Amino acid sequence: MSETVRRKGITGYILLAPAVVWLVAFFLIPFYSLLAASLFNSDGSDFRGYTMTYEWSNYWHAIQDYYPQFIRSLVYAGFATFFCLILGYVLAYAIAFKSGRWKNLMLVLVIAPFFTSFLVRTLSWKLILGNDGVVVNTLQFLHILGPNGHLLYTPFAVVMGLTYNFLPFMVLPLFASIDKIDYRLIEASNDLYANPVVGFFKVTWPLSLPGVVSGTLLTFIPAVGDYINDELLGSTQTRMIGNTIQSLFTEANDYPAASALSVILMLMIVVMVLFYVKRAGTEDLL
Amino acid sequence: MSHLAEDTTTVAAAEGTPGAGLGLRALTKQFANFTAVDSLDLDVPTGSFFALLGPSGCGKTTTLRMVAGLETPTSGTIHLAGKDITHQKPYRRPVNTVFQNYALFPHLDIFENVAFGPRRRKVAGIDAEVHRMLELVELTSQTRKVPAQLSGGQQQRVALARALINKPEVLLLDEPLGALDLKLRRQMQIELKRIQTEVGITFIHVTHDQEEAMTMADTIAVMNAGVIEQMGAPDDLYENPRTTFVANFLGQSNLIDGTIRSRDGDMTRVDMHGIMVSVPRERTHATDSRGWVGIRPEKVLIGEEGEALDAPGNTIPGGVISDVSFVGVSTQYLVRMPWGQELQVFEQNTGRRRIFRTGDRVELSWRPEYAFVLDHAQDASAGSQIDDE
Repeated sequence: MSETVRRKGITGYILLAPAVVWLVAFFLIPFYSLLAASLFNSDGSDFRGYTMTYEWSNYWHAIQDYYPQFIRSLVYAGFATFFCLILGYVLAYAIAFKSGRWKNLMLVLVIAPFFTSFLVRTLSWKLILGNDGVVVNTLQFLHILGPNGHLLYTPFAVVMGLTYNFLPFMVLPLFASIDKIDYRLIEASNDLYANPVVGFFKVTWPLSLPGVVSGTLLTFIPAVGDYINDELLGSTQTRMIGNTIQSLFTEANDYPAASALSVILMLMIVVMVLFYVKRAGTEDLL
Repeated sequence: MSHLAEDTTTVAAAEGTPGAGLGLRALTKQFANFTAVDSLDLDVPTGSFFALLGPSGCGKTTTLRMVAGLETPTSGTIHLAGKDITHQKPYRRPVNTVFQNYALFPHLDIFENVAFGPRRRKVAGIDAEVHRMLELVELTSQTRKVPAQLSGGQQQRVALARALINKPEVLLLDEPLGALDLKLRRQMQIELKRIQTEVGITFIHVTHDQEEAMTMADTIAVMNAGVIEQMGAPDDLYENPRTTFVANFLGQSNLIDGTIRSRDGDMTRVDMHGIMVSVPRERTHATDSRGWVGIRPEKVLIGEEGEALDAPGNTIPGGVISDVSFVGVSTQYLVRMPWGQELQVFEQNTGRRRIFRTGDRVELSWRPEYAFVLDHAQDASAGSQIDDE
């Protein structure tokens, strides 16, 4: 017994080693350099170079200058997560309980979009929502949209794009959770005077909470930092924080501000996730 | 407990009143390509402990699920206390179920599991009621645990309390003891019987275990291939089976090919491969001239060749012991008869008689009143090949 325990210890370290090396090289070191860059002197540039001056005011300036983008990111990602949850829950429930022998095929279809590139799929939304596209024409015909109304380059288009792109990340954990629910529990709730609606909220929903929590996290976190959807479907009026960071890094070459924004975004997400998981009572998930 | 006592008196008053209990009429359930329940008629009197006994796939669980409302009948009706509930939603029926494997809510503690039904119905005094119920099933110390922390037997009792607290007209039990080990099962059988007597609610118990059905139920309906083969008190079913299926499924039977020679007075005379035996008329269920003479192995006496056995009437000579298994309390013999069939004989080890050995020549005998005659058209091995799971 003691021998196996000892050997297990060594095996554990050996198995951990490749990932640790990988993470140190490609996460910890870059993260350290990001952190350092966020404290460089803000008047530095590519020509003059940067010096470490522990410029904490970088953070303050970043928040002052870009808080609308922060709020916008949170709101857009929040809406996208909400829509994903509604669509994804219905879909996952149907696949888990109602699809019978089509279950595997349905799951493949959920993952199918991953077979084409993220960029191509988002570009195709540009066609769908375009000013002469089917959607806009139909909505104009129905007078839901004015004659000059458009969808592309609006917050609506960005949220739609985010919802579409992150839906599978919601569906899969939800499916895994709902599929595990013993259908007899739902029958038992009906037998015990819960009509289908009450039964759903008293049995199915609480039992699927682990899937709801992981699904919303997997959707919300990447959606907050996403910039592709906004880049392609949004306008300068809809800029999200991801776009700001991207343009500060690649166009303005303002590394300290970009780094500070990245660090703030990261901290914000970590705090929100901890708070959320605590509230959902699913700490054991992490 | 006062409310329970009240229930018991009303139940006693209603007992035996036709139409007061559960009534199924021509109830049928067809699935894509087979008929699970075939035009079933059944009356369960109020306050009885009723067992629906049959092999797996005989339609007993489907019948139960239709009564619970979890399955919609293809045709036929279900009446409860004079009301048609055939198409009533499960959550509106005064019927509760103890599910196979219990189906306890894993995210709720024991208290909340038991309180689930009353909370949905928004009745008053839930706390007191739940405690009373947990007292009845002796689980008061476990209220704040979740189901996964309880043993199988405890979970079973939670499931029972969760259903009983609603004081249903009928309590349905779907193989409730199937997941327990033998010793616990015996214990729970007695427990269930005690609780049923105490609350006086109609219990309908679905099982494939004939011993379980016989121990607990007042009335057993033996089900096979979607229909009820026979219904009656346990001893009545065992002693006087009407079909070969019942004769073989409920205990064991020797079934011997015979030709009915005469039916005079209260005795039927049957020629059994040249040996004449008598069977009471009311135990003769064959209308044809041929039939299966049935006798339970423990009713057969075994003796030395030519020995005068204490069984006036039916003596069958010419047997040879072909197998002996000594079980302790009894010895089970297989005796090859002159016509080639092997008959089973269970002999109590009273010590009065020696234990025979393979190859010994013996004589068999039984009292006419223990034998029965079944319809020859039925399969003599029906019900005997079924695995007891």
